[in-house]
Amino acid sequence: MSLQPANTEKLTTWKRVILPDVLDLHKIDVYRANDGYIALKKALEMKPDEVIDEVKKSDLRGRGGACFPTGLKWSFMPKNSDKPKYLCVNGDESEPGTFKDRQIIEFNPHLLIEGTLIACYAMEITTAYIYMRGEYGKWIKMLQKAIDDAYTNGLIGEKILGTNFSTHITIHRGAGAYICGEESALMNSIEGGRGYPRVRPPFPAQFGLWGCPTTINNVETISNIPIIIDNGWKWYSQIGAVKHPGPLLVGVSGHVNNPGIFEMPTGEPLLEVIHKWAGGIPGNKGIKAVFPGGSSTMILRGDQLEGIRMDAESLKAADSSVGTAGIIVMDSDTDLIQVIARIAEFYYRESCGQCTQCREGTIWMYKILKRFEHFEANLEDINLLMDIANNIEGNTICALGDAAALPVQSMIKRFPEEFEKRVRQSRVPLGVY
Amino acid sequence: MLSEENKNKVEELRKRYPTSQALVLPVLWMIQEQEGYISEESMKYAGILLDIPFSHILGVVTFYSMLQNEAVGKHHIEVCTNVSCILRGSGKILEHIEKRLGITAGEISKDKKWILSEAECMGSCGTAPMLAIGDEYYESLTMEKVDKLIDSLQ
Repeated sequence: MSLQPANTEKLTTWKRVILPDVLDLHKIDVYRANDGYIALKKALEMKPDEVIDEVKKSDLRGRGGACFPTGLKWSFMPKNSDKPKYLCVNGDESEPGTFKDRQIIEFNPHLLIEGTLIACYAMEITTAYIYMRGEYGKWIKMLQKAIDDAYTNGLIGEKILGTNFSTHITIHRGAGAYICGEESALMNSIEGGRGYPRVRPPFPAQFGLWGCPTTINNVETISNIPIIIDNGWKWYSQIGAVKHPGPLLVGVSGHVNNPGIFEMPTGEPLLEVIHKWAGGIPGNKGIKAVFPGGSSTMILRGDQLEGIRMDAESLKAADSSVGTAGIIVMDSDTDLIQVIARIAEFYYRESCGQCTQCREGTIWMYKILKRFEHFEANLEDINLLMDIANNIEGNTICALGDAAALPVQSMIKRFPEEFEKRVRQSRVPLGVY
Repeated sequence: MLSEENKNKVEELRKRYPTSQALVLPVLWMIQEQEGYISEESMKYAGILLDIPFSHILGVVTFYSMLQNEAVGKHHIEVCTNVSCILRGSGKILEHIEKRLGITAGEISKDKKWILSEAECMGSCGTAPMLAIGDEYYESLTMEKVDKLIDSLQ
């Protein structure tokens, strides 16, 4: 009952490379018959530094939400370390509105494995962990099968493809904690503890897993690596938006006719993605609001979408961010107060509880938003809500605090009328609390 | 308490991690898959197996929402009620299931057969609304599909 990559050939000249239209690509023989593991072979003939350089020049930016340049991140890893080095591939994928990594694992798992191996070679790492969210039990089995097949084919393990390069890949299963998608919480989870984020500095490249140099990359980011090595940085850097190039898995959910994951070059117009790729709004209704990259990105008004493109720079200019490129569309009949109250509930449930601002602030925001939802709020509650959000943002160990504050702040800023309307309809007179 | 097969798996996994503490989550998963939940006794067992204090194991079990420290109903239905799913009608789906099973979200049925809960985003936004029972996802739900599913599990 899982998704098939949508057939969108007619919309674009883009030939899919992350989720190509090849039947049974998840099988190792099919993958190899379609030039699979050629990039690995090519990388093993290069020097590790040359691989990092190639990724740097490609301008690949992380696909997990922060858009950090991947090559730069890799270059932070110390060269002559007497400690072991580690790679963590982040498949925790728990941001509401995000469902792209599971597509890669289902339809093209060997691309992820190949990318993991190349990343290990480039950073001279011998142990990689792929951290998967616990709910993805089915996809963990699929990935494990692909890893087992790669072991049998001599592609993972000792002396890979007859070279001196050896590395092991292990899946580490999470157990239902959104916070473990945060890189330092993820490391604590692998170490066998509660998923608490760590204070930085020190950064993972200096002090990561078990105090050793560690790099953490998203599943989609790693899946771009074989494509860069295969086609060269020049080809890759010319795809899509200049400062944020490459293929992008854009997810569209909510009020659209054809929700799903669509592979496209970065920089596609947001309105085109909604109306053409995702088939428009049911009943031809208008768009009231859009989260462009998961629920923790700043919400955009439906009437401000013209000219916005799906890339880091364009969305930054629109005072939001590309996040995980998981677009959530809300039509003109949507009750945005219900939506934001539900989002606030999510962050309150998922706060790990280390920082007071986040632990207490997220539940306060949730309770106040519930007052709005139940027509029990007064005008002062709008300022109170903003005040709490402002006091969470930037004051916590990790970005969950910001992720909880941003949607609330942007909702108040961009949709004040929704809050005011609720206050006007309030059943509770001022000063009752 | 772990089966021989799982004990062998643990020994294999030890080679993949530099500390035994890293095996806490994998071992707890094995226990839960074997027993259905993780009892206090099992936690103590895991502690001895991995040479980790019981308090640490308890801390881990109580942190992760998927690790159950008490017996749950035979069928644990988790309905996603996060944004993408609400927008596509998960509220009505949940109401319908509540009516069918005679319990509300967060409750266990008297015969311990069903447990129903609201869940956070499980990455099925493109096939919303959805519910999960164990590792199995049921996606693009309609009332008819839900009825059929419950009938098949009765």
